[in-house]
Amino acid sequence: MEIPYTVSTRPDTGLWNAKIGIWLFLASEVMLFGALFSAYIFLRIDAAPGTWPHGLLNVPVGTMNTAILIISSVTVVLAWAALKMRRYRAYWWYMLATITCGLIFLTVKLAYEWPQKFEHFGAYIKPDALAKYEQYLGNERRLEKGLEPRIEITGHLHSQNAKEYEVALDPVNAHPDDPAMDRPHFIPLPVTEKIATIEKADVQRATMFLPTHSAYFASYFTITGLHGLHVLGGVLVFIYMWLPVSKKLYQRNPEHLANRVEVSGLFWHFVDLVWIFVFPLFYLL
Amino acid sequence: MSLKGFHIVFIIFSTLLALGVGLWCVWVDLVEGAPIYLAGAIASFVTAVALIVYGIWFYRKMKRLRIIT
Repeated sequence: MEIPYTVSTRPDTGLWNAKIGIWLFLASEVMLFGALFSAYIFLRIDAAPGTWPHGLLNVPVGTMNTAILIISSVTVVLAWAALKMRRYRAYWWYMLATITCGLIFLTVKLAYEWPQKFEHFGAYIKPDALAKYEQYLGNERRLEKGLEPRIEITGHLHSQNAKEYEVALDPVNAHPDDPAMDRPHFIPLPVTEKIATIEKADVQRATMFLPTHSAYFASYFTITGLHGLHVLGGVLVFIYMWLPVSKKLYQRNPEHLANRVEVSGLFWHFVDLVWIFVFPLFYLL
Repeated sequence: MSLKGFHIVFIIFSTLLALGVGLWCVWVDLVEGAPIYLAGAIASFVTAVALIVYGIWFYRKMKRLRIIT
């Protein structure tokens, strides 16, 4: 059975069916990501001063991933243009470049950025025990300068027993009185060798940098995770359209393949556009 | 909207992002005095210019090839 309006336009809409379908789908996606972004912004606005984590993500790595996605948008549109010009070989190479960019993005995200967070530990100290850990928090100097007090000790969890955590400290807690530590570091500083012993009785809550750590990481993992799933979906579709099966469709009806690439390219552009908003919101601001 | 149109919109947003990152780097450099951020600012502004040039090139190419859907 022939599926109608895959190449020719419908007389009532003036568009072929898949194009209407993808725009309806993208409209629903706008609502999905819009709701998540709104939730993030309101959580942040409502956070008590000084409590919202800042400068915990690796900006150079995020910038590189942003550049990779922008490049992939260029290659996918060039792949589509190559098909329009009936240059299948060029299409094949541009599509391969797009797939490679998508896979690099996912690899960086899943094999580097996320695991770095999973290895990091944070312990929120109870208000009545903050003075006991002054050497790691430096709150006396911060209060003198009118800064918000630190309430969390972070680093790599060295070991723990029933009563204590041993933490290899981040520079911010290893040198809390260094004025340079008052500012967020967008190029992460390595964990120091200085070990702090924290009694569990003094800890309000302690967790690795997982969604359970804070509203910030809950939002970060939800939005970047959902975005990553979209990237994965796009890559799988591109792989399908890059395999030899696409050559058969191209030989039978090149315009049909061009339309499929256009629809998937629209989806890919939307996914990249979402990242254009994710990057400044989570990494910079 | 066609892929061509959406691509131009995307390049406009990417250019705005590059300009924003450049300004952010300038701001961080002013606060921290770290030269690495100045390098980042220059790279971002160069990227923004490159994206504008690419956007114009892409628009003209699509117009010349009459790839309009």
